[in-house]
Amino acid sequence: METLMALLVGLLFTVGTYMVLSKNIVRIILGTAIFSHGSHLLLITMGGLKGGSAPLLDQGNDAFVDSLPQALILTAIVINFGVTAFFLVLAYRGYTELGTDDMNQLRGNKDE
Amino acid sequence: MSSLHLAILLPFIAAIVIPFIYPLTKRLHTGWITILVPAALFLYFVFRLGDTANGGYIVEEMAWVPSLDINFDAYLDGLGLLFALLITGIGVLVVLYSIFYLDKTKEQLANFYVYLLMFMGAMLGIVLSDNLIVLYIFWEITSLSSALLISYWFTNKGSIFGARKSMLVTVFGGFAMMAGFILLYLETGTFSIQALIDQRDLIMASPYFIPAMILVLLGAFTKSAQFPFHFWLPDAMEAPTPVSAYLHSATMVKAGIYLVARMTPIFAGAAEWFWIIVVTGLMTLIWGSVSAVRQKDLKGILAFSTISQLGLLMVLLGLGSAAFTGETIDENLVYSAAIMTAIIHLFNHATFKGSLFMAVGIIDHETGTRHIQKLGGLMAIMPVTFTISLIGLASMAGIPPFNGFISKEMFFTELLHISSMNVAGVETWGVVVLAVAWIASVFTFLYCAILFFKTFFGTFNKENFSKEVHEAPLGMLISPVILVGLVIILGLFPNLLVPTVIEPAVASILPHLPAEELTINLSLWHGLNTELLMSLGVIGFGTTLYMTYPKWKNLWLMQHDRDPFNSVYDKSLNGLSTSSEWITNVQMTGRLKDYFTYMLLFIVSLLTYSFIRSDSFTLSFAQTEEAPLFLYGIVFLTILSTIALLFMKERIPLIITVGVVGFLIALLFAVFSAQDLAITQLLIETVTVVLLLLAFRHLPEMVQETGSRVRKSLHIALSVSVGLLVFLIGTASFALRNDANFTPISEFFIENSYSLAGGKNMVNVILVDFRGLDTILEVLVLAIVALAILMMVKLRFKGGEDV
Repeated sequence: METLMALLVGLLFTVGTYMVLSKNIVRIILGTAIFSHGSHLLLITMGGLKGGSAPLLDQGNDAFVDSLPQALILTAIVINFGVTAFFLVLAYRGYTELGTDDMNQLRGNKDE
Repeated sequence: MSSLHLAILLPFIAAIVIPFIYPLTKRLHTGWITILVPAALFLYFVFRLGDTANGGYIVEEMAWVPSLDINFDAYLDGLGLLFALLITGIGVLVVLYSIFYLDKTKEQLANFYVYLLMFMGAMLGIVLSDNLIVLYIFWEITSLSSALLISYWFTNKGSIFGARKSMLVTVFGGFAMMAGFILLYLETGTFSIQALIDQRDLIMASPYFIPAMILVLLGAFTKSAQFPFHFWLPDAMEAPTPVSAYLHSATMVKAGIYLVARMTPIFAGAAEWFWIIVVTGLMTLIWGSVSAVRQKDLKGILAFSTISQLGLLMVLLGLGSAAFTGETIDENLVYSAAIMTAIIHLFNHATFKGSLFMAVGIIDHETGTRHIQKLGGLMAIMPVTFTISLIGLASMAGIPPFNGFISKEMFFTELLHISSMNVAGVETWGVVVLAVAWIASVFTFLYCAILFFKTFFGTFNKENFSKEVHEAPLGMLISPVILVGLVIILGLFPNLLVPTVIEPAVASILPHLPAEELTINLSLWHGLNTELLMSLGVIGFGTTLYMTYPKWKNLWLMQHDRDPFNSVYDKSLNGLSTSSEWITNVQMTGRLKDYFTYMLLFIVSLLTYSFIRSDSFTLSFAQTEEAPLFLYGIVFLTILSTIALLFMKERIPLIITVGVVGFLIALLFAVFSAQDLAITQLLIETVTVVLLLLAFRHLPEMVQETGSRVRKSLHIALSVSVGLLVFLIGTASFALRNDANFTPISEFFIENSYSLAGGKNMVNVILVDFRGLDTILEVLVLAIVALAILMMVKLRFKGGEDV
């Protein structure tokens, strides 16, 4: 199961990298979102996918899944969301000001 | 702090004070205040003469950074005192000269005297430091203040060019020298020169010996304008003439000579030291004297003549290093005469070259030109300058009865001696050395003659000059007259300074020889011998060459008065900036994906390398869990939708598919019993998709990805290798984690969530209780994002507005 998940994570990273290497700014932002999915899955996989009940004590079971990676991922999801939202608005503002979302045209000005 | 330290620091203190009193004393030339400093110092050093007699010395210690063995230790011995007297003595004369040379209403005098005092203090620091790092610091201050002085007329392009060139060359050498000092420190554990001399045998045997020696010599050669680093000196002639006279004839260029002399007890005795110095010195000697003949500018001639004379001093110091190789003390005493000659010539050169620079300065000041083809017939108009030049040039050319004659005779004596030396290979090459030096002397005579006759003889053409030509004011003549007086006195009474100044200096260069044995008796006339015949030959050949000068002055060699090394310097400097510009342009494309590619390439190759190196490929399935069938289904769907992302050409399907991937991830979280994650992921994915759709309404249609097939396949290869690497690291580290068999920390949370925190949802307890700080900051992140988005949307400044 872990190997299967590692394969999936590898694929997510591959696709994420390819999207970030694109020239369309929104595709890049979506690529980073894919990256974040990959890393979240990697985190939970590395914690071990050994079966067990959800980390709720009133389930009464002795075997719980590891709760720490879940807390870490929860934090990461929220931060990722914030950054993605910021990037999106930045892209939107950039487009309204500069009139392009092509990274090749968004290169620095001549006299830097 | 001793009086010696105060003496070193006095010029710096004065340099701080001058700018404050400069505006208060507008009516008085600032030079009159400045002159008190070198005068006081000169007197101080004269009174210290008794301390250094017969090889005596004074050490004054002062802790600075004791933990790094960097201490401001002053050390006064014969060599240091000789240089200190030269620096302060000529300093007095140069300041006096500059008072009449620089106009107090037209020039920024405070700048000039601050730089000059900085330079003077730094020079004193070099010659009186015992600590190599302190010496290096003062060394760089001389480079800095010298560059400031060269560019004193900073509106002049040539000044800036010359200053930059001298700075680059001397600082390059300074850095090399510091590296050499550090190598010495690594071997011996001390920066003190005297302690290094005591550990001479250790240094000689160390593997760092040759590198340290070459690095230190690089410093000395660049500072003293030795071949092939001499090309900065002629361009430094853009400086005001008092500066040229002081820095570029008497003091700074002799810092390298001082360093070689100071380091002689540490390095001398090795054949490499002998040959590097002798050959470099000889090349400099002949190159300088031949180049001087080609110059058309009076200061250019003097600059190359300085280069040549510095080469001569270097040769003598190299020959004198043989005094460390002899079997017996008597044998060494014979070789020590070369060092003595070097010291005497050093002193003589400072006197006659200083006076010549001042004379040229007077000519420049009173006629408005230094070009040799415009000048002529000044003898009757400027009789005093004429006399000064005559004596200075005669001394430089080596004509009796002036002091240059004595040192030149001694130089020839040493060259004749070297055939009997038993240093590696001297027997065979001694004749070549002798011949080269003799030819150089002929050229020295020749350029002295050119300088003399072209300036003062011939016809006087009034239209060549922009102003009324007349003799210089009296004040300007005092300094050169004093120097010329010294030239004559030391020529007629050559032993005057020997016991007090020269002998102690020699004793400190050769500390292994008994000081009282190092005696010398100079005289103008020591019989009819080979040296005298050689001198006569120089005069004869030189005269013949001068007489036939019109015939060969149009030779190819004579047409080019720029030194060929200038073009090497220019080309390499240009090449350096062009190539770095090229590299920057290739590398800094301004495209995000290029930078991202660099980063990924670096990360991938670094990780692959360490993977291969540590042989960490592990594909262990022993500890993995069996996957239920439905999980294969979910993973398959996720893979499918992820790959589909690559082929989406429209905006809306792309968003939807990203949403699908997100929801599938949420489903995976649910499968792995992470209920909070699943909920959060669902919510956030929904909000993200909404946001994306919102933004898309305002964004244009997606442009088609263009780019060559090569670039595309590079991107694919890079992406696949990133994915593969993540996969490999994941599996390998998972296997490692299981092998290591650590107990996860989550046992703690299972036991204590309820008893300590009173919560049953472990994830939430971790988030708000056990690791609450993470959550606070995460909330802060969201708050910052919200504010930033608000700002971006609300505030609409156009470029250039003051925010």
